[in-house]
Amino acid sequence: MRYHAPATFEEAVSIAAGASGVTRFLAGGTDVLVQLRSGLVTPDDLIDLKKIPGTGDITRLEDGGWRIGVAVSGAELGAHQALVADWPGVVEGMELVGSTQVQGRATLTGNLCNGSPAADSVPGLVAAGANVTVQGPKGTRDIAVEAIPAGPGKTTLAPGEIITAITLPPRGKHAGDAYLRFIPRTEMDIAVVGCAVSLVRDGDRVVSARVALGAVAPTVLLVDACAKAIEGTTLDEAALAALTRAAEAAAKPISDKRGTKEFRIEVAGVLARRAAVIAYERAGK
Amino acid sequence: MAKDEITKGYTWIGTTPDRPDGLDKVTGRARYGADFSLPNMLHGAVVRSPHAHARIVKIDATKALALTGVKAVVTRADLPTGLTGEDLYLQENTLAGEKALYDGHAVAAVAATTALIAQDAAKLIEVEYEVLPHVTDVDEAMKPDAPVILPGCADHSVPEGSAPNVARYIDFGRGDLDAGFAEADVVRSAHYTTEATHQGYIEPHAAVGQMGADGKGEMWVCTQGQWYIRKMCSAVLGTDPAQLRVTPSEIGGGFGGKTTIFMEPLPLALSKKAGGRPVKMVMTRAEVLRATGPTASASMDVKMGMKKDGTITAARVDFRMQGGPFPGASPVGEALSCAFACYDIPNLGHHGWEVLANRPKCAAYRAPGSPMAAYAVESMVDELCRELGLDPIEVRLKNGVKEGTRASFGPKYKRIGLVETLEAAKAHPNYAVELGPNQGRGVASGFWFNHGGETSVSMAITEDGTAQVSVGTPDIGGSRASIALMAAETLGIPYENVRVNIVETGALGVNEPTHGSRATFASGKAMWEAAQGAIKEMCKRAAQKWDIDPEAVTWKDGAAHPAGENAGKFEPMTIKEIAAEMGKTGGPISGHHESTPSGAGPSFGTHVVDVEVDPETGHTKVLRYLVVQDAGTAIHPAYVEGQYQGGAAQGIGWALNEAYIYGQDGRLQNPIFLDYRMPVASDLPMIDTVIVEVPNPGHPFGVRGVGETGITPPLPALANAIHAATGARLRKLPMNPPAVLAAIRAKG
Repeated sequence: MRYHAPATFEEAVSIAAGASGVTRFLAGGTDVLVQLRSGLVTPDDLIDLKKIPGTGDITRLEDGGWRIGVAVSGAELGAHQALVADWPGVVEGMELVGSTQVQGRATLTGNLCNGSPAADSVPGLVAAGANVTVQGPKGTRDIAVEAIPAGPGKTTLAPGEIITAITLPPRGKHAGDAYLRFIPRTEMDIAVVGCAVSLVRDGDRVVSARVALGAVAPTVLLVDACAKAIEGTTLDEAALAALTRAAEAAAKPISDKRGTKEFRIEVAGVLARRAAVIAYERAGK
Repeated sequence: MAKDEITKGYTWIGTTPDRPDGLDKVTGRARYGADFSLPNMLHGAVVRSPHAHARIVKIDATKALALTGVKAVVTRADLPTGLTGEDLYLQENTLAGEKALYDGHAVAAVAATTALIAQDAAKLIEVEYEVLPHVTDVDEAMKPDAPVILPGCADHSVPEGSAPNVARYIDFGRGDLDAGFAEADVVRSAHYTTEATHQGYIEPHAAVGQMGADGKGEMWVCTQGQWYIRKMCSAVLGTDPAQLRVTPSEIGGGFGGKTTIFMEPLPLALSKKAGGRPVKMVMTRAEVLRATGPTASASMDVKMGMKKDGTITAARVDFRMQGGPFPGASPVGEALSCAFACYDIPNLGHHGWEVLANRPKCAAYRAPGSPMAAYAVESMVDELCRELGLDPIEVRLKNGVKEGTRASFGPKYKRIGLVETLEAAKAHPNYAVELGPNQGRGVASGFWFNHGGETSVSMAITEDGTAQVSVGTPDIGGSRASIALMAAETLGIPYENVRVNIVETGALGVNEPTHGSRATFASGKAMWEAAQGAIKEMCKRAAQKWDIDPEAVTWKDGAAHPAGENAGKFEPMTIKEIAAEMGKTGGPISGHHESTPSGAGPSFGTHVVDVEVDPETGHTKVLRYLVVQDAGTAIHPAYVEGQYQGGAAQGIGWALNEAYIYGQDGRLQNPIFLDYRMPVASDLPMIDTVIVEVPNPGHPFGVRGVGETGITPPLPALANAIHAATGARLRKLPMNPPAVLAAIRAKG
């Protein structure tokens, strides 16, 4: 195994593109190092990205959006008051990952690239309409977060491609987001179902919404039907009932050791309803 | 309850000083199994079967042995043949013979100069398997056409024509069941099942073993019982137990799972083959979960009759338990004996079947068998109470066992404290808290026999008048502190002047492990006896000095005193003065005691739990939890509370989320703490405790073991509380959110 600590993304891309065996990128290492220790993966090339300048930064953009470096930990996100004020749902998703110790290292980008359908931070990013910047041998492109996961443990990134930052759009006024997950315990667990809702209000009415479901399909789902169920409504009982049905209909889970198919479908509806109410309240503040 | 409310005239007993091993443990200095190393040491790794049931066609270690750094490989062919009974099963479990019998069963082991090389070498050992049909479910394993795990496993107790995996059958009872059920106003029966759970100790099994070609060896190992390690390893390896010296490390939890062997013979076998170089072996968590002792899974039927006034007239249980692929491991006998231990019922029937299955060899787990039995019986008592509109504590008081009651399993109880625990639970503020919507309260009682066991203890007086106590029972729950307190009380010296050492097998006669809640009871009792010997000798030395009859000297407050006016007028001679001169007055002063003590007073407890169930997700939140248990005499009340709380925490885990999950392929799907869901700290409320003290007449200070009973009531108490909150009766563990939500939906 070769350990690399490049100083620039160009260098990192060149190492990754030239590698022929198993390559893993290291930021927080809370997935990679665990997989390595348990013998699941033995990389030929381990490329440490956190020494690249800027990867530890949270930057407010001119348009009011945010750029989050790939080595920013969950604890740093949680301590950033302005970011939390804009995107509480995104941050609370990330903060549910692992323990206090893991929070000191785990990153949004790592959680996304690990490719788990149950990743707690991904539904929030998808609902937020976040983009990632991807740099590769053929150049740089910006794509939506939901385009990255390709199924359990897989991403759509080509060999040699690296995510260099996550961008959250400007939050704007009268907007709010929320993430809820269901686990059998209270912490230190993997989502059996996750749901994030982001919405914008005009008075009592929801003018636009994005709803994402986690752990109910091979990838996190962005569910238009859920958004449609609440857009134009005051999030009254009828709207919440329609949202519940839309989430249940969109969920395509499997039964496994963490929960049954029937349970996940029902709880997807419950969480969508509960998360929408929280996002709605936050948007009203 | 604060100890100072219970005054018994003791100076040290009942106080709560820091544990003698505390500083080492909180500073990381304490040496656990994996902390031990020796010069020139090799590291071992184990090859494990990926199949639940497979014939081993061939093992080829050629490539592994060719790897630089590899020093030895052992397979079953390296172990002696001709073993029988439990020795054979221990050997089979150490290394598979003709067949691998469960996912994770050890097939070969390798030693190399580094742990990484050993792991690589293990991957290079080629094992050819012929996969066989398997069975992991207890009821499936009892079918006549189930895959046969160990042909001819049945012992003499098994009736002709039983299914081939039935290894043992037990039945006993009393009275007339038919007449008893006819007397009842309501007779109900129901079927309950529990899943296997693991002890979940935080420290994985670890050992360093060294053995020469002459069969002389040493071992440093994390264990609850160094003499059991010695006996079992020697049996498996065909060596002489007297030539193996075993030193226990500090222990990071055992709960019964470290009273036996799993990989421990392997470092010795590898060492012997590697020219006597010591070999270290440390299990991973996945190895611990796949291949060390979980408890049994159970399929149980209960039938019970009750009169309208709450009198239980008759009851019968039929328990089926699988404890892995070898006979003798499943605690079905204990489960039957515990089933009705809390109740005085005239007509009783008990029937039990031990069944083999393709799962890891079951080990003891905190009150083995009792939690499953309690889940079935205490749920049924609750079902009848609700049907008849009776208070669950009143019904238990009405039928509860007392001094003189003949126990369901035979003997007459001496002084016991079930009734006192029920009264204390009833009087506790938790029992009166008003509950809100979706909340419910559950009550259940529990029992454990407690145990004496082979015990050997030695006490030596130090030159400065302090004392050292050598005991053979590893300290897993604060027993150093409790034995030091009892020694201080007995000798009349400060607690800090006593050092309790957990010693190796060469230092004492045979000791059973710390199991059966016996360490404070049995080692404490033997310490008291040993101290009497030392005191007698110290009185003799004073008598010599005063030139009076030794019988005319008594011991109090840490000094020899003339027994009375007639003995003569002498200033008391302190332990310090006697010890300072002992070399000149007759030599070292010590006391010894060896026995298998009887009189381990039975332990009873009653738990009260309040839960809130989310009706939309089935998630159960434990709002408040109360443990009331009889400790006899609480030597160190804080550590008694710790035992109560720990038992409740493990029971809550077993009730709500913990389970062995097997796939269709017979492989364990959750050999990791992420998916083997033990409770985390935030899952539990503060667990309230009440220490009831009904002294045990069989112990000089009235001690009853306190370690085990606490895990038995949580399983039914949670089921009863969830029923109260939701109206849904969960008769299958775990009662996880999908199961609770499905039960709520099924109720309509």
